[in-house]
Amino acid sequence: MLQFTQELIIGLSIGATYALLALGYTMVYGVLRLINFAHGEVYMVGAVSGFHFINLALRWHAPLALALTIAFVGSAIVCAILGFCIEFFAYRPLRGSPRLVILITAIGVSLLLQNVVNLNFIYGPTPRTFPAEVQKGLNTSIGIGGVYISRLIIIRFALSLSLMAVLTWIILRTRTGLALRAVSHRFDTAMLMGVNTNRVISVTFILGSVLASVAGVMDGLRYTITPLMGVTYGLKAFVAAVLGGIGSIPGALIGGLLIGITEEFARFYLPTQYTQYADAVAFVILIFILLLKPTGIMGSTAVEKV
Amino acid sequence: MPLLAKANQIDSVPRTPAWMLNLFWLALILACYPINRLLEANLNDYLYLVLTRICLNIVLATSLNLINGITGQFSLGHAGFMAVGAYTCGTFLQHYVGVGWNPIAAALLFVIVGGLLAAVAGLIVGVPALRLRGDYLAIATLGFGEIIYIVIRSTESIGPFKIGSAAGLDGIPKVTTFFWAATAAIITVVCVWRLAYSAKGKAFAAIREDEVAAAAMGINTTFYKVTAFVIGAFFAGVAGGLYGALDQTIDPEQFRFTRSIEIVALVVLGGTGSITGVVLAAIVLMILSEALRDLKGVTHVDLRLIVYALLLIITMLLRPQGLMGAKEIFRSRRKRNLSQPAPAA
Repeated sequence: MLQFTQELIIGLSIGATYALLALGYTMVYGVLRLINFAHGEVYMVGAVSGFHFINLALRWHAPLALALTIAFVGSAIVCAILGFCIEFFAYRPLRGSPRLVILITAIGVSLLLQNVVNLNFIYGPTPRTFPAEVQKGLNTSIGIGGVYISRLIIIRFALSLSLMAVLTWIILRTRTGLALRAVSHRFDTAMLMGVNTNRVISVTFILGSVLASVAGVMDGLRYTITPLMGVTYGLKAFVAAVLGGIGSIPGALIGGLLIGITEEFARFYLPTQYTQYADAVAFVILIFILLLKPTGIMGSTAVEKV
Repeated sequence: MPLLAKANQIDSVPRTPAWMLNLFWLALILACYPINRLLEANLNDYLYLVLTRICLNIVLATSLNLINGITGQFSLGHAGFMAVGAYTCGTFLQHYVGVGWNPIAAALLFVIVGGLLAAVAGLIVGVPALRLRGDYLAIATLGFGEIIYIVIRSTESIGPFKIGSAAGLDGIPKVTTFFWAATAAIITVVCVWRLAYSAKGKAFAAIREDEVAAAAMGINTTFYKVTAFVIGAFFAGVAGGLYGALDQTIDPEQFRFTRSIEIVALVVLGGTGSITGVVLAAIVLMILSEALRDLKGVTHVDLRLIVYALLLIITMLLRPQGLMGAKEIFRSRRKRNLSQPAPAA
């Protein structure tokens, strides 16, 4: 039972980052009906720029907490600009084109970002980790009744939950949030009602990218960083969004947590020789969800009009 | 179906008879054998390899074109089918040539077996996934491709047959020559062409243009979509098998998402639906990417994939229908005189 609780906590902390990323997918899908393939790459850029910022801060002998703050804030700014630029240069000229055309453009953007980061003077193909002192500082654990929780997990929870709270506040309580809801409900009608759709879409991309950058830095603290890290991770987060019901914000949260927990349990409870197959669990879930209930847990059924 | 058949007749008034065309293609395949000998004798190894790879790229691009371009089903899992073919063919070849089978005969057999297994994979993927549409289908095929990758990466061997997990499979006998690759390319292009411009081909095109309308016209959309998937997967498997027998070594990373995207790029750039356009794109992009490899000597960074990505984005922004649109290079489109009745069959 103790072991179960331990795995549950780890699973939830992994799921929290999936949820952050899934929120970006789901918001963009909500306003544009587009699967933003480049979102996984924004997450990767978040991790990479976090890596650069933290190294820079440590070179100036900043204390650990300050260095981490610089990394989180810096990469959030970088990713916000990146998200805005992606939308402005790649997707905006294609507004109104067939969805497939935009989807292929999104794939192109994702391929471009991967390979630009792959250049040696930006990051290079070698997998790297955050500096050892950062990892050491974060891996100290607190034991509560036999269950160990590291500082990293606490940071992950605190950040994810507070960001989600802020996002919920923005969406439910501000004018921009109202506009965002209007656009995702009916794009054309919102435009006729005087909502500046282009501005709303930019805001959506910026919000999504900030969430992705935080997820990126948090995962950078735990795993190795490579230019291709966004591919699998982004796909799994997308699965989380589909599982929760794409377009639904609470759905993305539930989906992310579910995927995180299932994956961690699969990794832990599968026999050792099958552990590697745990990566496939998310995709198997995806196939089943798409077959049984393509709209996901919280999604609503849309009627197709001819 | 009678209506479709009639429409096809109007389209094809006087045309070269089928047997003559078949004979021509057979002659072309046979001609590849002496051409292969000539190339082997006169070209350096590098150029010969590039030519062979171009042919295999044509097979891949054309087979995906049947799914993406002609039937309009956006698939992102083509590398997965390729992997099934490559691993089936590779592991059988390695095992049975090891126990003394004739490499050529074994390769011929196992390339086809690899293709058939890939077709089975296409069927397994296709039947459930094709109930989905548009971007959901893209994601589902992507998921299947990723599952195939993870399974290959995590499996050491199946029975006596080595899969090799993450390190990959090496020591496959080298069988593929330009002759093999060119033959595969010709057969693929001819098959897809004949299918696309037949009465059944109209059904594929109808599904691409408007699935709901096609279903309303009485076309069994699921059947045609699965057919396109199975045939496309078969040829992808064949290409995969030939790749393995060309490089002598395969590893799971080769058959990941990125590979699928590269093939999609060929189809998109060539013009979704245009068979000749896609063949042209396969040739041009291969030459371009080899030229960019030389560029690396100048810039010291690998710009190949960056250029690929930019090309994809710019094409979508400026010419979303691709190089050729849905037009063919050679197809003679006679002006149909609809005021005259169609000739009786």
